[in-house]
Amino acid sequence: MARRRDRARGAYRSYRSQAANRSGVNTLRGEWRKLPGPVRTFTPIVILLTIAILYPFYLSSLPTGNVPLIYSFPSVRSMVTILVFTTMAVGLNVVVGYCGLLDLGYVAFYAIGAYTAGWLASGQFQQVNFHFGSVGISRDARGIHISIWLVLIIAALLTAYGGVLIGLPTLRLRGDYLAIVTLGFGEIIPQFVRNADSLHGFDLTHGTFGISPIDSPGFGNRLHTAVGLPSAYSQEFTADRLFFWTALALLLVTIFCCIRLRDSRLGRAWIAIREDETAAGAMGIPLMRTKTWAYAIGAFFGGAAGAFIASFNAGAFPSQFSFNISVFLLCMVILGGMGSIWGVVVAGVILSWLNVEGLANIGTWLNNNIFPQSHQIEVAKYQFGIYGIIIVLMMMFRPQGLIPEARRKREIEEGTRGALDEPLYEMRGANEPGAGERGSGGPIPRG
Amino acid sequence: MSEQPTTTATPPAPPAGPDLLVAAEVRKEFGGLVAVNDLTFTIPGRAIVSLIGPNGAGKTTFFNTLTGLYKVTDGEITFDGEDVTNKPPHAITERGVGRTFQNIRLFNQMTALENVLVGMHARLSGGILGSVFGLPRVRREEREARERARELLTYAGLGRVDDELAESLSYGDQRRLEVARALATEPKLLLLDEPTAGMNPQETVTFMEFVSKLREERPVSILLIEHDMKVVMGISDRVTVLDYGEKIAEGTPQEIQKDERVIEAYLGKGATQ
Repeated sequence: MARRRDRARGAYRSYRSQAANRSGVNTLRGEWRKLPGPVRTFTPIVILLTIAILYPFYLSSLPTGNVPLIYSFPSVRSMVTILVFTTMAVGLNVVVGYCGLLDLGYVAFYAIGAYTAGWLASGQFQQVNFHFGSVGISRDARGIHISIWLVLIIAALLTAYGGVLIGLPTLRLRGDYLAIVTLGFGEIIPQFVRNADSLHGFDLTHGTFGISPIDSPGFGNRLHTAVGLPSAYSQEFTADRLFFWTALALLLVTIFCCIRLRDSRLGRAWIAIREDETAAGAMGIPLMRTKTWAYAIGAFFGGAAGAFIASFNAGAFPSQFSFNISVFLLCMVILGGMGSIWGVVVAGVILSWLNVEGLANIGTWLNNNIFPQSHQIEVAKYQFGIYGIIIVLMMMFRPQGLIPEARRKREIEEGTRGALDEPLYEMRGANEPGAGERGSGGPIPRG
Repeated sequence: MSEQPTTTATPPAPPAGPDLLVAAEVRKEFGGLVAVNDLTFTIPGRAIVSLIGPNGAGKTTFFNTLTGLYKVTDGEITFDGEDVTNKPPHAITERGVGRTFQNIRLFNQMTALENVLVGMHARLSGGILGSVFGLPRVRREEREARERARELLTYAGLGRVDDELAESLSYGDQRRLEVARALATEPKLLLLDEPTAGMNPQETVTFMEFVSKLREERPVSILLIEHDMKVVMGISDRVTVLDYGEKIAEGTPQEIQKDERVIEAYLGKGATQ
């Protein structure tokens, strides 16, 4: 992947160096391009990562209270939620962005993950007393208490299995029909959870009250005394920070897996199905199995994120799993650019931030600085109208998303391999709007 | 029989032995319409066989039953000694049937190289965990697959388009890419559905030369669908003519050209008199 990109940049550079006059910025840019490939690939990642990891430390020194437009920077606690929702969006991107399966019920996977954490790491099942690597709770506490780290994996696997069960009967459908059936499943799961407090007298989900408290993650006393790792997050003064870093790690692992999968044999098969299902089948791709895998992988990350946020909130409640969440996650995927991981991450962070505290903060700032005292507006009340407008505007002016998938961008930036194919650039230039044939009908829309 | 001067090269005699593909009394109905009417059809190993007929004769429908895209109403299809009737498309492709489509169906947002790599899907084994953890075995397999895909592109006459998106290729190149992608499935039988549709005469000649080269250099049988008789006459070992879902003639190109029913089907009654 990186090598291919380097080759393209090489070609791009030779093209640029002819045209561009050598101003200071261009010299700097030229120097940058001379650096070896891995350095250029990893430098931005390392810088961004450092900024992200250190966020809890410099947040207190950032201005607060009247930052233009955003009013104040998100708290560490909000950042945890933002990161977890972004993780889910990246998971959903596998289903919708890669495989082209419109899934309107992703919230079901969130719910399954959260309730798995509820079952395996709380006092929900008073009938038993099972502890395995649990931290921060008394040995005598009844219920199933398994280490949250293990629960994350179990929840992810169980949700992936749930994805397969939901997928097998539904994935034979195409397009709109699939969307409607997934919508149904997205509604069924929370309804089930709400009503499963007395299955022949057995309390599975504790109904509308939800399961609470759910254990918190941690590394236990032994690691605490040996290496200084927190024994249980909930007992730490800086719990939010710990959750933040864990959520960041969860997101990074998800991104890593999704990138690796995208560039694999399976990822190619997903994209081929998205592009042309019939042709994909004729090329030897087992459609059902491949689509079910997309569902399972998407569910896997949704389940892990759900279990994590249940542990963070110390509870799982049916009211959390509304249809809005499915749509909201889908918006992140569309806004970011279907199939583009980095786009989805950016859109996920922005939209979740707006949802968690951004809109309210922007409203406060507008009321303090723009709107007169007599005409104060509570911006957060118009939340869904605002999201709607954002989506409509995006579809009108940037339908490919904030950061389009690399393959779509490549169309514009890149020629063929090797720097020798200069004429191709001229041809491409002629195809670009405004570069040639001006007035002869305008650019032909692609796709 | 005497060799006609129009035939360019003498095709190598198909080896004796069991036929690669046997379709026995295949029938396909759409509601009340009989698109393929109890058609019996065989393809010998390493031969070029053509299926021709006027538009709407049921050629593509028959083709789609062979590749599993349509389920047959009745009849049996045996490929390489194995019953493949009503098997899903991917299972038939796995057994060694590669195809192209009448209307080009490439993966437009994928590069030419990726298109070919998708064709290799059934021949690769990289799984989820192997890909995520980047196991050496999977990495090596990917590397070799890319190498092979590049060779295939070059072989199909697409030298420098590896990283071009399929949709940005020229029409002729897209046709070639479809063949390269079909070859990537490592077929024993290659089905080409009107491969020269939309090509100009020169491109058609070049393409048909490529097809005969394919047969000579690779262990593959080819089934060509055409509605233009001229195209297939030069290179086919055998031609079958369909009309209204029924086989109306079968034989060498020379025999077909003289067959009265064929002329009738193409030119209408009275043309033979």
